[in-house]
Amino acid sequence: MVAIEPILEVDQLHVRFGRQQVLRGIDFEVPRGQSLAIIGESGCGKTVLLKSIIGLVWPQQGRVRFDGQQLDQLTEKELAEERIRFGFVFQNSALFDSMTIYENILFPLRQHRPGEVEEHHQQLFSRLAEVGLPRSVLEKRPAELSGGMRKRVGLARALVMQPEVLLYDEPTTGLDPIVSDVINELMIRTKQNSPVTSIIVTHDMKTARKVADRVVMLYPLSRLEPGEPQIIFDGTQDEIEASKDRRVSQFVRGEAGDRLMEMSEPGAGLEN
Amino acid sequence: MSSVSPYPTGDRPVRRGIITGVSESIADLGGYVLRGFETLGDMTLFAWRTIAWMITRRPRRDTLFSNMYQIGVLSLPVVALTGTFIGMVLAVQSYTQFRAFGLETQLGGVINKTMFRELGPVLAATMLAGRIGSAMAAELGTMRVTEQIDALSSMGANPIQYLVVPRFLSCLLLIPSLTIMAVFMGVVGGTLYCVFVLGIDSHHYEANANKFVENWDLFYGVVKSIFFGATIGLVSCYRGFHCQPGAEGVGSAATTAFVQSFVVIIILDLFLSIFLDEVYSLIWPLSPALFAG
Repeated sequence: MVAIEPILEVDQLHVRFGRQQVLRGIDFEVPRGQSLAIIGESGCGKTVLLKSIIGLVWPQQGRVRFDGQQLDQLTEKELAEERIRFGFVFQNSALFDSMTIYENILFPLRQHRPGEVEEHHQQLFSRLAEVGLPRSVLEKRPAELSGGMRKRVGLARALVMQPEVLLYDEPTTGLDPIVSDVINELMIRTKQNSPVTSIIVTHDMKTARKVADRVVMLYPLSRLEPGEPQIIFDGTQDEIEASKDRRVSQFVRGEAGDRLMEMSEPGAGLEN
Repeated sequence: MSSVSPYPTGDRPVRRGIITGVSESIADLGGYVLRGFETLGDMTLFAWRTIAWMITRRPRRDTLFSNMYQIGVLSLPVVALTGTFIGMVLAVQSYTQFRAFGLETQLGGVINKTMFRELGPVLAATMLAGRIGSAMAAELGTMRVTEQIDALSSMGANPIQYLVVPRFLSCLLLIPSLTIMAVFMGVVGGTLYCVFVLGIDSHHYEANANKFVENWDLFYGVVKSIFFGATIGLVSCYRGFHCQPGAEGVGSAATTAFVQSFVVIIILDLFLSIFLDEVYSLIWPLSPALFAG
């Protein structure tokens, strides 16, 4: 069997904010076309990890290689060009409040391929159809849309440049189970429609089970010394379900276990 | 009756020695100084990147014009109103003293010169730091908190080029224009009050005003307002960009933007006044112009 070459390699990533160590020695790689779910409890650094991948957060140590290129060695201009190859769906959609939905979705195209109005509209309408939004939303502003619709607009905006890698940050957080499932279906459909590689950061096990080919679990190694999460699990969905590791199985089943006791100990849960 | 401790067991504050207390205070002070220098360095880099982007890539016309509208057009009424009343207040405050010496017809010179050189630029800048600076810091701060700035970067756009340059350029171009407006309205307000309320002879008032005020005074005010505009633009955008999370962070960014802009404006005002007076005396060493150094 021929191994699929990785499109993304994360090597010994360390991120620290002031005195707080957020990530320590994170290593993983994502083969081209694969969907990887990064699960873990709230505040363990999943979003920071996702942002480190495209240089929105710079690590103190470690490397991110995308398609053979080491991202921290690129100039600002080169990095901006590489970022076009990524699509980022933010946790709260991060749509631009001052723009209409039309302007929001077209923003990346207008920024990088100005003047090609016909192509812009073609892309806009096909992405809108892909995420199942009516054309009537185009004149609205983000504040006029529901959370689920904003997520879909965020996805349409991320797809409009036809990215090679899609980064989803908590795509179903704050949505009801039905809308969450709609978003899950959209992620699956997106993957079927294009050969895109996806990294999904989530603590929603249903999303991880449904969308991902592989699951990685990020876990703070000691509750009494918070921070320093590391990957304690890397495997398929079946493997995570059958994991003998107590921390993994408790997380998958959503059980607090002895966590409540640990959290009540002095010093536990400190942010700094 | 035994007294009940206000602290739960184990949380009772530990008594510290004087030396420990003093050393911690010195360490805290050192921390503040270090953070101050760090912020100053960071701000300088931010200013440098803004200017570099401004030179290398022209901002999009629609973004620039919408910022100019927000900063310039919408500030006109408040600046005009402030200018008018400052001119009138100056007339009220100076009239008694000048009348005591029989110099009330000289009021035009004093009011106009003060408006052109000092009160026009400084008060317009203060007003605009409150109106525009706080709004810009709050807007950019909200964008930071809601990840809109990250979204811009993730789409390969440079947030400084896209968000800061149009705001900075609008401040740089329009705050001097608004200052000229404030000065003009101050001159009009002062003249109207002196002539129609205080009954000063309009011919002599105007003649004295013209005698004392020169083109240099207008230049003097405009130069100051360019620096003030740049200060408001940079400080406010920097504060918005480095906003702390949450509603409190946005509020704090808006307040800090105003306070820091105001402090820098006042400090700059002193140094610019000294510098411009020196320049004046170098160019026209024998000029009898009022207030020139």
